[in-house]
Amino acid sequence: MAVENNLLLEVNDLKMYFPIQKGLMKRTTGYVKAVDGVSLSIKKGETLGLVGESGCGKTTTGRCIVRVYRPTDGEIIFHIDGEEVHLNRLERQELKAFRRNMQMIFQDPFSSLNPRMTVLELVGEPLLAHGIARGQELEDRVAEMVNAVGLRVEHLPRYPHSFSGGQRQRIGIARALVQRPKLVVCDEPVSALDVSVQSQVVNLLQDLQSELDLTYLFVAHDMSVVRQVSNRIAVMYVGKLVEVAESEELLRNPRHPYSETLLSAVPRPNPHHAMQRLSLEGEPADPANAPPGCVFHPRCRYMEDICQTEVPALNELSPGHHVACHFADQLQLQGIDSASPSGS
Amino acid sequence: MAQNALLEIKDLMTHFHLQEGIVRAVDGVSFEIRRGRTLGIIGESGCGKSVTAHSILRLVPSPPGNIVNGQILLRRGDNASDQKPVDLARLDPRGGEIRSIRGAEISMVFQEPMTSFGPMHTIGNQIMESILLHQSHVAASDARELAIENLRRVGIPRAEQIVDAYPHQLSGGMRQRAMIAMALSCSPRLLIADEPTTALDVTIQAQILELLTALQEEFGMAVMFITHNLGVIAEVADEVAVMYLGRIVEQSDVNELFDNPQHPYTQGLLNSIPHIDEEKLPRLRAIEGVVPDPYEIPGGCAFSDRCPSFMPGTCDRAMPGLAETSPGHRVRCYLHSDVEDELTEVTDGR
Repeated sequence: MAVENNLLLEVNDLKMYFPIQKGLMKRTTGYVKAVDGVSLSIKKGETLGLVGESGCGKTTTGRCIVRVYRPTDGEIIFHIDGEEVHLNRLERQELKAFRRNMQMIFQDPFSSLNPRMTVLELVGEPLLAHGIARGQELEDRVAEMVNAVGLRVEHLPRYPHSFSGGQRQRIGIARALVQRPKLVVCDEPVSALDVSVQSQVVNLLQDLQSELDLTYLFVAHDMSVVRQVSNRIAVMYVGKLVEVAESEELLRNPRHPYSETLLSAVPRPNPHHAMQRLSLEGEPADPANAPPGCVFHPRCRYMEDICQTEVPALNELSPGHHVACHFADQLQLQGIDSASPSGS
Repeated sequence: MAQNALLEIKDLMTHFHLQEGIVRAVDGVSFEIRRGRTLGIIGESGCGKSVTAHSILRLVPSPPGNIVNGQILLRRGDNASDQKPVDLARLDPRGGEIRSIRGAEISMVFQEPMTSFGPMHTIGNQIMESILLHQSHVAASDARELAIENLRRVGIPRAEQIVDAYPHQLSGGMRQRAMIAMALSCSPRLLIADEPTTALDVTIQAQILELLTALQEEFGMAVMFITHNLGVIAEVADEVAVMYLGRIVEQSDVNELFDNPQHPYTQGLLNSIPHIDEEKLPRLRAIEGVVPDPYEIPGGCAFSDRCPSFMPGTCDRAMPGLAETSPGHRVRCYLHSDVEDELTEVTDGR
């Protein structure tokens, strides 16, 4: 991938294998290939949506990027102030110092906040840990951040249990953003919230992105939410990216059979919707024992002989539209149709 | 009770008496479910949708929960339109009659299949238990065959092997299928599905929804489908009731509800979600505020503190009644009814 000036993050051939250990001696009997050769790039100020079903490795990818995990192999390059930082090579101390540039927002606002800490302590902790601010300055910065996420200064001395799910998620967002990171990995940030609160939090994340000049990797399974926030979307299946494109392009003109099925499976809030649902037989492959060839072939409706033996590469089909399918240029696939909304 | 109604709920109130006060989880809910039809119940957490379902099966833990008012009328038997319906609200929750109804005439599918199967018994044994309990004519030796047959019907491959599997050995989607197989093993006339696909991936969700629809057509059972997902409700429901803080705020058939939503809360919900088939909006149109704490429900209309059409001096005076705005379409909102009517009723009641 060519290095451009406005790139913030480059990931090349990222692999994360978790060993399967058995028996008393903890012998390694195999590997769960949670992430198996993922390459992607994120530009400054953009949102890259990463979608896929549970177990496809999207969360693991996000965690490798912020170095919660040390990846088995691959490069993670962070472009900051004209320099390249190779995150995969950083050691403990350097990594700790660098962490303020990349933060994570978690799915579950109930388990991701320490119940024994007040809002002030929760949001102020990262500033203390990195020695960015203390005392009155810390309180001022926390108050400013808490206001920015739609909470009030009166909330500062309270504990997480006195807040609703949506408010807790706001606390989690404040905690992630208070040290002004460059990159934020949002891991299913709205899927645990009520419907009416989801849209508030999505709006908040978008507002904060433009206010604070943030770059998001937005990991989620809900296609309609991902489309709302993302400039580009990457679709992941059993440890591999199968398609990457501009988000409207991907939705209207999907080129990988898995993306097509994923789009058709989204339940439409419209009882007149008459699109033919493409049913997907079976279940995702086991990442510890992935099938040879294309990982999607056992469930693919367009499967041919070559799919069972050869792994398709992620090729650029048209500018910015990457697909990993042997027949990407031949298949006529169905995307969303927003030009003619289906009426009664 | 209407001729084709299977279950009718009248003014149901289920309250929880806690130390902090009384939580009116269900506070005056009425609806009916007709044979072979699907009623969708939609609402956010705390709206009382699950407590309504648990009240029907008398599964509300008591104490602290109690059905303090209302009737839950079930018509039992096959050709029993002339028979007097049973009021489930009056049955002993541990008594023989409700136990002969649970799992046999009304069965339930829960959100998390892992917690609703016992982990210590095989899938097959748990299905067989239900069959042997409710179908006295089935011999123990035949029950296993029936269990396999049931698993096959919900699309489980290698059913004769899976029957001996423990719940943890199956994937989420397969467990949910097995849960449905167990729920359907005694051919219930009413299936209550409480968020049955919420924990599943979209492709698996699509499979389960298709399966439920196909099974409903095959067996003609009625379904009460509880969810917070508007897309799912649009797909499965014939009729929809929208709940907010223990009450139904709008009720109509599914097409009418989505084409012509009348309650500001329903409109807000429909507007707030991203629609994948329409042009992308720069911002989502979120509903302001949060669902209030059950001890701090505003006086008057419960939605008044979040409502964009709030009318001071009207909406905060009394809870609006359900007014019929067109045949079969009922709305609880003063945009469609008059507050003076409610106030006189309150005075008359005293």
